[in-house]
Amino acid sequence: MIHSLFLINSSGDIFLEKHWKSVVSRSVCDYFFEAQERATEAENVPPVIPTPHHYLLSVYRHKIFFVAVIQTEVPPLFVIEFLHRVVDTFQDYFGVCSEPVIKDNVVVVYEVLEEMLDNGFPLATESNILKELIKPPTILRTVVNTITGSTNVGDQLPTGQLSVVPWRRTGVKYTNNEAYFDVIEEIDAIIDKSGSTITAEIQGVIDACVKLTGMPDLTLSFMNPRLLDDVSFHPCVRFKRWESERILSFIPPDGNFRLLSYHVSAQNLVAIPVYVKHSISFRDSSSLGRFEITVGPKQTMGKTIEGVIVTSQMPKGVLNMSLTPSQGTHTFDPVTKMLSWDVGKINPQKLPSLKGTMSLQAGASKPDENPTINLQFKIQQLAISGLKVNRLDMYGEKYKPFKGIKYMTKAGKFQVRT
Amino acid sequence: MTDSKYFTTTKKGEIFELKAELNSDKKEKKKEAVKKVIASMTVGKDVSALFPDVVNCMQTDNLELKKLVYLYLMNYAKSQPDMAIMAVNTFVKDCEDPNPLIRALAVRTMGCIRVDKITEYLCEPLRKCLKDEDPYVRKTAAVCVAKLHDINAQLVEDQGFLDTLKDLISDSNPMVVANAVAALSEIAESHPSSNLLDLNPQSINKLLTALNECTEWGQIFILDCLANYTPKDDREAQSICERVTPRLSHANSAVVLSAVKVLMKFMEMLSKDLDYYGTLLKKLAPPLVTLLSAEPELQYVALRNINLIVQKRPEILKHEMKVFFVKYNDPIYVKLEKLDIMIRLASQANIAQVLAELKEYATEVDVDFVRKAVRAIGRCAIKVEQSAERCVSTLLDLIQTKVNYVVQEAIVVIKDIFRKYPNKYESVIATLCENLDSLDEPEARAAMIWIVGEYAERIDNADELLESFLEGFHDESTQVQLQLLTAIVKLFLKKPTETQELVQQVLSLATQDSDNPDLRDRGYIYWRLLSTDPVAAKEVVLAEKPLISEETDLIEPTLLDELICYIGTLASVYHKPPSAFVEGGRGVVHKSLPPRTASSESTESPETAPAGAPSSEQPDVIPTQGDLLGDLLNLDLGPPVSGPPLATSSVQMGAVDLLGGGLDSLIGGPNFVAPPAAAVPANLGASMGSGLSDLFDLTSGVGTLSGSYVAPKAVGSISMDLQLTNKALQVMTDFAIQFNRNSFGLAPAAPLQVHAPLSPNQTVEISLPLNTVGSVMKMEPLNNLQVAVKNNIDVFYFSTLYPLHILFVEDGKMDRQMFLATWKDIPNENEAQFQIRDCPLNAEAVSGRLQSSNIFTVAKRNVEGQDMLYQSLKLTNGIWVLAELRIQPGNPSFTLSLKCRAPEVSQHVYQAYETILKN
Repeated sequence: MIHSLFLINSSGDIFLEKHWKSVVSRSVCDYFFEAQERATEAENVPPVIPTPHHYLLSVYRHKIFFVAVIQTEVPPLFVIEFLHRVVDTFQDYFGVCSEPVIKDNVVVVYEVLEEMLDNGFPLATESNILKELIKPPTILRTVVNTITGSTNVGDQLPTGQLSVVPWRRTGVKYTNNEAYFDVIEEIDAIIDKSGSTITAEIQGVIDACVKLTGMPDLTLSFMNPRLLDDVSFHPCVRFKRWESERILSFIPPDGNFRLLSYHVSAQNLVAIPVYVKHSISFRDSSSLGRFEITVGPKQTMGKTIEGVIVTSQMPKGVLNMSLTPSQGTHTFDPVTKMLSWDVGKINPQKLPSLKGTMSLQAGASKPDENPTINLQFKIQQLAISGLKVNRLDMYGEKYKPFKGIKYMTKAGKFQVRT
Repeated sequence: MTDSKYFTTTKKGEIFELKAELNSDKKEKKKEAVKKVIASMTVGKDVSALFPDVVNCMQTDNLELKKLVYLYLMNYAKSQPDMAIMAVNTFVKDCEDPNPLIRALAVRTMGCIRVDKITEYLCEPLRKCLKDEDPYVRKTAAVCVAKLHDINAQLVEDQGFLDTLKDLISDSNPMVVANAVAALSEIAESHPSSNLLDLNPQSINKLLTALNECTEWGQIFILDCLANYTPKDDREAQSICERVTPRLSHANSAVVLSAVKVLMKFMEMLSKDLDYYGTLLKKLAPPLVTLLSAEPELQYVALRNINLIVQKRPEILKHEMKVFFVKYNDPIYVKLEKLDIMIRLASQANIAQVLAELKEYATEVDVDFVRKAVRAIGRCAIKVEQSAERCVSTLLDLIQTKVNYVVQEAIVVIKDIFRKYPNKYESVIATLCENLDSLDEPEARAAMIWIVGEYAERIDNADELLESFLEGFHDESTQVQLQLLTAIVKLFLKKPTETQELVQQVLSLATQDSDNPDLRDRGYIYWRLLSTDPVAAKEVVLAEKPLISEETDLIEPTLLDELICYIGTLASVYHKPPSAFVEGGRGVVHKSLPPRTASSESTESPETAPAGAPSSEQPDVIPTQGDLLGDLLNLDLGPPVSGPPLATSSVQMGAVDLLGGGLDSLIGGPNFVAPPAAAVPANLGASMGSGLSDLFDLTSGVGTLSGSYVAPKAVGSISMDLQLTNKALQVMTDFAIQFNRNSFGLAPAAPLQVHAPLSPNQTVEISLPLNTVGSVMKMEPLNNLQVAVKNNIDVFYFSTLYPLHILFVEDGKMDRQMFLATWKDIPNENEAQFQIRDCPLNAEAVSGRLQSSNIFTVAKRNVEGQDMLYQSLKLTNGIWVLAELRIQPGNPSFTLSLKCRAPEVSQHVYQAYETILKN
């Protein structure tokens, strides 16, 4: 199982180590540093690195490498999933997960890590339960603790730990009972030069924020549940009920959680809400190139597209760009060759465009690769797959909760090739 | 108000100050001090000197302080074992605490203190905790057993903890079950032989129940444990599959992959006709696709596993090609894996899309990725014949980009396309030649030279092209040098008139100026071939090449089956069985897929044959083209010629052998089983030639000695007829012969008598009597005989196959009763059946002819118009072979059934039958 954990920052310093079995010398990380050096970018460090006596499995998040050391045959996905869970927990505890924050809270971090694994076996990884065991630091609590001498370690066995619903603590009480669900869909797409779709898929999630008293039993039904044929559920969802009736029935955890994530890949179901018209040309002879892109709405079901940001990694040969946007602001970094254009809202009557020239390295031949355009956007009140919640009911408790559903569509990895 | 304050140090000496604080009377100050100690520890500072002071803080009712002290203890107890003993009492006391949290914490911490003296005290509290009323304590104690086992395995066994642990599998609480399984699995890993996880239908049922209720991590442990179980029949397999399938929708990808493992393994047992089989296949695709939308690290592991799954069951993901398309901001390790899977999934249906993608990738920035994309285009061409044309034109487009590494990669793959589809795309050679000068990588240069040499007759200026390479011959890598040598020899054989000078030049460069033995050897061989027998040289060098197989770098089927059992583990990431890399090779048990067994009630389906061999669909596996050298040598090998003209055979053999490698391969190199004739009992073209000695002879021209081996003439005594020809330029004397140990102990009964010295080009025929009293060693094939002939020049090795019937002895007739009893006695699996075709003899004639070769007919029966001959024979080493020969009058095909206690001889006895009957 998981032997040790090292946290390494991007400059290659180990700033935290934790061992769940015997101590493994931090020199084992030298193999990691080697791999880190070989990889051009931090993202490209391979996640599994063998060393003569150990294996190093790592994830890279928030500019920190979380490197787990294992010695025996352990499912690598188990380790990597766990590492992501550690990061999520830190984020949950401290709001952000960064080197200074971890250093500031090192004792809590250490206590949490100790609770998460025992001898390398996962112990408590639900943040609900962890928070009962070790209370997250808040300014108020630290002040109170220093005055009263009480601690931030709970001395009660977390109630959820062994019940049939381990994800929910008992005795939850709220004055305002509310349950909010956000249906968020991200479109991953690759569009080719001519504007036709190569791949398009939707990664959807339903995130919930449930603050309900007692042990509520919720059911959520959809207008068109058949859309969801590839789903992953939070453990609280009763799978049998879904299989037979296509209804989500569950006792929710307390607070924020991801109820389900789904995947729509059938091409015809994925509408592409924007298009990009582009004309980027380099000429062999001249040291000037022409650049023009226009963004416009396509299938938006009448909703406005907002928060549009266009980025593009220009070829190395481009020295500078002189461009004029019809709206928004743009920047071009001549060092990283990154063009970024913050468009904002798209007004269908007056399509935003960015026009101008590129100055190229004199004498160099025209670049081999054409830049890929990366698009970000948001559409409020729309789930692009057409998924709609039918109704939400609550059983098991008497009060009337306040309910709300929000929809949102975003660009995921949305790329346009030119 | 943050913990970073603990890192600030004062000038005075940190340890000293901390010590004072730890011994302070104020609780608050104490706790702060312990926190400072822990903070120093986390960043790797040595604070072990404070051990006694920290342990003193342990006796507290403040849970946080207690936990902190425990943290410290776990880290430093090992270095201060004597001090650690001080903590034991507190532990024992805490194990009795009314608060289950404290009980669990105590037992958990004690297990982490790796000090022998402490573990002794641990046993009693642990035993109590394993039976604690609170499941939280039980589940913690279960893990503690694994910890203890790691420290002192013997102690755990002696104390009977393993049995208690096994009992916990039936615990009422699913979390306890999961932890017990996890602990047992970990212990079992270090004790592969022990049957710790003794799985039976009852325990499986318990695990499946717990599976639904325990935490995600527990589910992983249980699923991994289930995967080790072999259901007794397909019904049980199906019912387990049904209960595991819901796990495919779990949010935790490790759970999903472990479930996939169980399903992939148990699916092997299900009949393909079953509706359920189809349903299951459909259910497997979506979760695998979903894994690809996770974080890149998870994607990577998932992709490595999908690579295995796609090879084992391509039907699962055949419609999901698009999810493997590469996004430009994928990390490089994800990109390369996706590319690999794209090619595996490429088929006629989707090839157009795939090619368009690959072409797109070939213009990306990342060099490694671009190279692999170009190579992938070539692999598509080889895999999907219909697309070959389009692939070639895509490659040509890419060559036009003139991007150096793209061009080089393209040329390497075009060479493979030429080999797969000979005489189809040679029109592009002109374009390739234009890029000759830009090639700077050995592999690309070698590929280009191969193309020029192979198609020399179509390239007008082939000689000029090759000559231009020759200028810097010594600066080239070995790969290129070898290829250049072969290419020029090919050119010479095709256009001898214009290129004589060139070939002279390259041969002398290779043999005289080079100190690379491979190159020198190859040079000498060509030299000798060309000067001795240009016809043979042509036959060898320009021989037709075997086609290359469709799919490259597939994993070998048996390894693939083993790896399928390891889905989701490190083995699946490395595509190697754990035995190949697990630390210390702690006796890893090989896993294999379960054979398909139908439940007893199920109707007999023809599919019930053991599915261990999914044979027929498995494509041949050829090694990657990485090893170009090996490839080239194979290219130059002539196909095995059966019955070549005797004059050339010896020379060719020598050459082939030398090409094939070192002297070892001389023995056991290709053998010529010559058609035996009745008049001349057998005639075997035998190899000869000893590389080095001949090479040293080169000053006097190319010299060689040729021998031919003629098999024994008469029954009764065994003898070997040899025909020795001196092809060297020197007189040969002092002949001697020796046999290697062989299956039947054949040995020369007399020394080799060559009376007069053998002058060049003289031939002598000798008959050498043999006996069977030599030393015995089983050979492969059984009738292989390795012979060494020595003379004043050198030792010559050759090997030959002798017909088995020379070993049949005269007293091989068995008594009827005896025959009957023996036939029944020999188990049926030893029976082998053969067909003897085109033998126009009748039963009488057959019987007579066989008898003269010491195969005796014991009895004869006529059953339904068929003649059944029951025959026996005995080998020199006393092995009896019983035969039943079924002859249908008018039908020239006989059926021969052989039974023998040593079944490996059957094949050879059958060959002997053929030989005797057909001559």
